[in-house]
Amino acid sequence: MTVIQEFEKHPLAKYLRAERFPHIWCEGCGDGIILHCFVKALDDLAVDIDKFVVVSGIGCIGRAAGYVKCDSFHTTHGRPIALATGIKLANPKLTVAVLSGDGDLFAIGGNHFIHAARRNVDLTVICSNNFNYGMTGGQSGPTTPLDSYTTTTPYGNIEHPFNLVHLAAAAGSVYVARWTVLHVRRLAESIKKALRKKGFKFIEVISPCPEIYGRRNKLGKAIDIMKLYRQISEIRHGYDPAKAEITREKIVVGEFIDIEKPTYGELLQKQFIKIQQKLSEG
Amino acid sequence: MVSQREVLTGKHLMQGDVACAEGAIAAGCKFFAGYPITPATEIAERMARRMIEVNGMFVQMEDELASMAAIIGASWAGAKAMTATSGPGFSLMQENIGLAVMTETPCVVVNVMRGAPSTGQPTEGAQQDVMQSKWGSHGDYSIIALAPASVQEMFDLTIECFNLAETYRAPTFLLADGFTGHLWERVVIPSPEEIKIVERKKPVVSPDKYMPFKPDEDLVPPMACFGEGYCVHVTGLTHDELGYPKTTDPKVQHKLVNRLCEKMRKNANRIVRTYESMLEDAEVAVIAYGIPSRASLNAVKKARESGIKAGLLRLVTVWPFPEKQIEELATRVNAIVVPEMNCGQIVREVERVAKETPVHLLSKIGGELHSPSEIFEAIRRAAGI
Amino acid sequence: MSASRLLTPVVKRKKLADVEWNVIEDFCKGCSFCIEFCPVDALEESDRLNAKGVHPPKLKSEDACIGCGLCETLCPDFAIYLEKKEGKGDKE
Repeated sequence: MTVIQEFEKHPLAKYLRAERFPHIWCEGCGDGIILHCFVKALDDLAVDIDKFVVVSGIGCIGRAAGYVKCDSFHTTHGRPIALATGIKLANPKLTVAVLSGDGDLFAIGGNHFIHAARRNVDLTVICSNNFNYGMTGGQSGPTTPLDSYTTTTPYGNIEHPFNLVHLAAAAGSVYVARWTVLHVRRLAESIKKALRKKGFKFIEVISPCPEIYGRRNKLGKAIDIMKLYRQISEIRHGYDPAKAEITREKIVVGEFIDIEKPTYGELLQKQFIKIQQKLSEG
Repeated sequence: MVSQREVLTGKHLMQGDVACAEGAIAAGCKFFAGYPITPATEIAERMARRMIEVNGMFVQMEDELASMAAIIGASWAGAKAMTATSGPGFSLMQENIGLAVMTETPCVVVNVMRGAPSTGQPTEGAQQDVMQSKWGSHGDYSIIALAPASVQEMFDLTIECFNLAETYRAPTFLLADGFTGHLWERVVIPSPEEIKIVERKKPVVSPDKYMPFKPDEDLVPPMACFGEGYCVHVTGLTHDELGYPKTTDPKVQHKLVNRLCEKMRKNANRIVRTYESMLEDAEVAVIAYGIPSRASLNAVKKARESGIKAGLLRLVTVWPFPEKQIEELATRVNAIVVPEMNCGQIVREVERVAKETPVHLLSKIGGELHSPSEIFEAIRRAAGI
Repeated sequence: MSASRLLTPVVKRKKLADVEWNVIEDFCKGCSFCIEFCPVDALEESDRLNAKGVHPPKLKSEDACIGCGLCETLCPDFAIYLEKKEGKGDKE
C-alpha cells in the first residue's frame, strides 16, 4: 500500500486532493490544523461539495485552495476576497469560503476586506494569523506585535499591529470569532456556524510559525508555542472585540460578534423583484 | 438566444459609452464590476441601470484591482463578464489582467483612453495605452485588442470582444478613446437573431477524465466552470494541464507560457480584422486605428483628388498585430503614414514589419484630433511632393 | 478559567468510541502535538524513524485510546486517523 492509498482511508481524505499530499507546510505550522478543521466542518455539515468554492490568496495558507477537493482559486496576492465576491455574486448558488493569511487579507488586501464586510457579501473568511510573512522568509506584517523581531524589523517592530477582530467588527462583519489552532473543536464548530450563517463572516485563527517567526522571537519549538496558547488563552464570548487583546501574557479568544443583517444578495434580490414587476407592468 | 429586453433593436442616437454597454448586454454579458473614472463612467452608469433589467449583476467595487478580480471570479462562476475603465484604472488592473491571462479567463476590459501619464487629461481622448494593453502586466503573454472608430463600433466591437474572449479564453480589450466614448452618433442595433453570439467551449469528457488546462488543437482548453462538478483548481502559479502548481519544472513553464503566446499567433488569421480603402494602386498608405482613421479616410480622399495615389488600412484589430496584412502592403507602397494620438506606439510595430519601406509618424497629443488636412500634408510629404 | 480544561471536554478515562487508532507514519513531521495534548496520555514517540527522519507517535497500549479524536484534528499533517470498529458501540 502506498502512502497515498493509506491516506485515502483517512475519513477526511475525500475532501482533499490526496495525490498532492503530504502538504508543503513546515513542522508544527498551524495551517495544516486550520485546513483540518475546515474540512472537518465541511464533513460535519455534509456540504454539497460540487457547489462549494474555496478561494485563497498568496502566502503559506494560500496553498490551502490547492489541497481542498472542490472548485478552488489560488488568486493574486491580496485579491481573494475581491475575486470571491465576483464568484458569489455571479452565481449565488455557490457557497464561497476564503482561506488566507494576515498579510494577504490585511496589508495588500486590506481594502477589499473592509469593503466586502461593509457590503455584507455572503462569504466566510478564515484568516491564519501567524504574525509575519512566512512564505517570503519572515518579514513584518500588519499583525506583527510591537517589539517583535522580523527580517524587516531587525531592531524590533515599531508599528502598532491591527486587532483583526476589532477591524472586522467595525467594518460590519455579522460574525466575528478568534481561536488559536489549539482550540480545534471550537474552531471547527465556529467554521460550521459561519458556513451556516448568511453574510460576511470572519474567523481569525492564531497560528504558530515556529520555523520563522517563532525562531526569530525565541518562542521555542512549535510545541512550546502551543503550550503557550494553552497557558494564556482566555475564552470570552460576546466580549468587546476592541478589547480582545493579543499580548505575550494573554490571548482573548471566543465568539465576539453574531448579528443579523441583510446581505448584499438579499437586498439585491428585493430590488430585482421590484424592478421586474415594474417592467412586466410596462 | 437573447430577449428583446437585452437587445434594443432599432435606430438610436447614442453616446459611445452607452453603445458599448448595450453591446455588452447584447453579447450576453451578465456581470459587470467597475469603479468610476472619466471618461468611462457612463458605461458603469448604464450597466447599473440595465443589468438588473436583464437578470444580470452590476457591482461597484472599491477600486480597479477589485473590479478586475471580481470579473475573473464571475467568469469562473459561469458568467460573461466585463469591466470598463481608463488609464489610471487600467494600470491598477494590470496585475489581475496577468492573472486572467495565466488562468485563461474569458473577460472583456474596456479602456476608454485619456491623456496620460498619471492622472493626465481626464476629459481628453488619447491612444496612449496601446503598448500597455499589450505588455502592461509582467511576463510574456498575448491578448486581443480591438479599436472602435465610431459609436456604432462601440456597440459592434464590444460584442466581438465578448465573442473573441469566449473563443480564445483570454482577456480581450476594447481600446476606445475619450472622444469616441463621449461622442453621440446614430447607432443601428440589429434584431437578436442577426447578432452572432459565441459561448465558451465546454468539456466533453467526464470530470474524472477532465484536464482543465489541456488544450485542444486550437490551443484553447475547454472550460468547466465552478459549480459544474468538475472540481477545478485554478492558480496564477505556473501549472500543469491538471491545473496544479509546478513552479520549478522548466518544461512546464516553457510549455504553458509558449502556448499562451502561441494561442493568438496561431489563430491570428481568424482574429485579425482590417479594412482597406483605395489601396489597390496606392503608393502611400495611411495605417490608422480608432478615431484617427476617420480623418485619415478624408485625407486619403483629398490626396486622391490632388492626384496622389493614397489609400487607408484601418486596423480594427490592434492586437494580435496585423503583421501579414502590413508586411504585404509594405511591399506594394513607397511610404507609410501612421497617425496616432500618442508619441508613437503602433508606429514601432509598423516599422518592424514594413522593414525597408519608410514609415512616417504623425503624432498628436493634448486633446485635439488629427485634422484631415494635417494627415493630407503628411501624405504629401511622404509622397515626396 | 483555565484554557486547558476548555480544550476538550474529555477528562475521564471513559471510552467514547471503540476505535482503531492509525498513523500514516511517513506523513508525520514530528511536532508531537498529539502526544502532548492527548487528554489521557495514550501516545508516545515510537522507536521507528520515518522517511522524514522523525519518530512518529504510537499508542502506549492497545486499550489506552478512548477514541476522542483530538489527536486526529490536532495533527497538522493529517497523519492520524481513527476508524470505528464495526459492530461496536458508537460515540456517547
